[in-house]
Amino acid sequence: MRINGARSKTTDARLQKCPTGIQGLDEITGGGLPRGRATLVCGGAGCGKTLLASEFLVRGATEFGEAGVFVSFEETDVELKVNVASLGFDLASLVRRKKIVLEHIYIERSEIQETGEYDLEGLFVRLNFAIDSIGAKRVVLDTLEALFAGLPNEAILRAELRRLFRWLKVKGVTSVITAERGPDQLTRHGLEEYVSDCVILLDHRVKDQIATRHLRVVKYRGTLHGTNEFPFLIAADGLSVLPITSLGLNHKVSNERVSTGIPRLDAMLGGRGFFRGSSILLTGTPGTGKTITAGCFAQAAAQRGERVLFYSFEESPDQIIRNMHSIGLNLEPLVKSGLLRLRAARPTLYGLEMHLATMFKEIASFQPQAVIIDPITSLMVAGTDYETKGMVTRLIDYLKGGQVTSLFTSLTHGGHALQQSEIAMSSLMDSWLLLQDLEGNGERNRVLYVIKARGMAHSNQVREFLISNRGIDLVDAYVGPSGVLTGSARVAQSAREEAEALAVRQKAARDKRDLEHKREALERQIGGLRAEYLSSAEELRRIEKQVGKQTRLLTDERTKLGRLRHADASVATNTNGNASSTHRR
Amino acid sequence: MMKTETIRRRVSGSDSQRAKIWQLRLYVAGQTTKSLVALSNLKKICENHLSGIYKIEVIDLLENPRLSSGDQILAIPTLVRKLPKPVRKIIGDLSDTERVLVGLNLRTAR
Repeated sequence: MRINGARSKTTDARLQKCPTGIQGLDEITGGGLPRGRATLVCGGAGCGKTLLASEFLVRGATEFGEAGVFVSFEETDVELKVNVASLGFDLASLVRRKKIVLEHIYIERSEIQETGEYDLEGLFVRLNFAIDSIGAKRVVLDTLEALFAGLPNEAILRAELRRLFRWLKVKGVTSVITAERGPDQLTRHGLEEYVSDCVILLDHRVKDQIATRHLRVVKYRGTLHGTNEFPFLIAADGLSVLPITSLGLNHKVSNERVSTGIPRLDAMLGGRGFFRGSSILLTGTPGTGKTITAGCFAQAAAQRGERVLFYSFEESPDQIIRNMHSIGLNLEPLVKSGLLRLRAARPTLYGLEMHLATMFKEIASFQPQAVIIDPITSLMVAGTDYETKGMVTRLIDYLKGGQVTSLFTSLTHGGHALQQSEIAMSSLMDSWLLLQDLEGNGERNRVLYVIKARGMAHSNQVREFLISNRGIDLVDAYVGPSGVLTGSARVAQSAREEAEALAVRQKAARDKRDLEHKREALERQIGGLRAEYLSSAEELRRIEKQVGKQTRLLTDERTKLGRLRHADASVATNTNGNASSTHRR
Repeated sequence: MMKTETIRRRVSGSDSQRAKIWQLRLYVAGQTTKSLVALSNLKKICENHLSGIYKIEVIDLLENPRLSSGDQILAIPTLVRKLPKPVRKIIGDLSDTERVLVGLNLRTAR
């Protein structure tokens, strides 16, 4: 589609486009309807032909400054105004401001008697007058086929229709002609024979009791166009065609991170939680705590002051509040403050398109910073896998465009294909958390993995997921030789480990005590030895003293004896000194 | 102007009087052959069947396009029997006198 759109620019010189302003339709047709030509919109009853045509006119008048004429062969002015008012178009005011002229043309066959030659100049005159009165550039004829019922002479009618389309072209107005679908051709009366520039087919199909509208550009002369069938919806603000294939991947991205509401989970996601504006998928089997995780996220976001929109397809708002209260999440004040909006609907209440439309409307009016859809898989009931994926793509695209963080829970069935069924959807998601039941030891325990988290370092660890009346707690699951242990097995294992640790601690204490004793003994021994050493030294000193004393006594005695003998005591005492002096002399 | 006159007469007059006044309006778009044929046919029929109690108003839509929506005119020429009620429309150049008479309710269809 994008390629087509790009290419069509080169053909613009030859074929000018008249933008419809209808969401998605201009993308498919590469810019709009052929300007100055007629477009046939055909489809069965209730397909939205008239709405498409009126939106073409209203958008032309309000967005592109092109006045329009609406010729209705079926509905009166008043009916028409009421009908399009439901799409939020104020037709009456546009009529007052001379942007749009409503012409109701009706033919009552019972009133009409045919008497010879005639033509439809009256229709031309009216049309011409209406176009000229406001300088209209766009014309809608809804639906010309009423003429076939009103006018008996089909030969004249066909000739006049041919003339009418030629005349419209000459007049230079871009026209939309609606027609009822025929049993074996596009229109019941073969109008496609006259309008050959562009044919759009609308279809309203019921499959598995659910109706989906489709739009297909059957023919568009002189331009490339998307040939696929595109689902479209009639929302409160007009038609919206969903050209899934044309969606671009050019969102602005934010580096801001938002908390998941569970601190340990934030830690697993690089410590700071999800990226703002990213899309998160939360898959799990029944009862694994998806809604609770979503509730935590909702609470955290609302407590940050963000607006949160919580779509529940399983529980009513009151039930969610009650159930969340049981795990310590008090959502009620947040709901009352208007930050958290809970919306509940049965998935089968209406078709996928309608769900999408109501969501878009709500998101556009509430402007939330976070949207939670719980669970997205419920919508699978409302459409086929392909449609759901298309819808989710569209939704994610829309949310990312507005930097809205979106969290989708997804219910998976037990068994092997736990992740298999989510492959298609997971490719759209930035982060994917898996909640799982681990069975064993006669109990089920919840664990949580981060399967992927684009753009952030994240934990590869499995965490046990505990839900208590204080909220969610993530604990490290025991990973050991006997595998991953959770629940009571984990508790038992840690008790065992604790006992072992205690034993080790006790043994160490005992050893320490023994060593202490030994050291003390040694110290005592050292003390004894030191005392022995000290006494020996004392003994030694005493002996030395005694020896010295004895020597002195002996010397004294000798001196005394010498003195007594009057001998050469002085000589004897000064032997050395005298000898030297004698020698010097 | 004729219309208002007629209405006044209808309001004030009795049923028999009302039935006597035929208010006919012929819509044409320019002086085309079909229009001229239609007008002459109409005059002929009126003279033959409604002599003295009819009034013909010719409206050229090219001059007064605004008037086309009032009587829901699509086909040209269209003859509208405004009075007596109910309103009847006869389209075509009025060349089939039988059908014109049936259409004006001057003769029941065979």
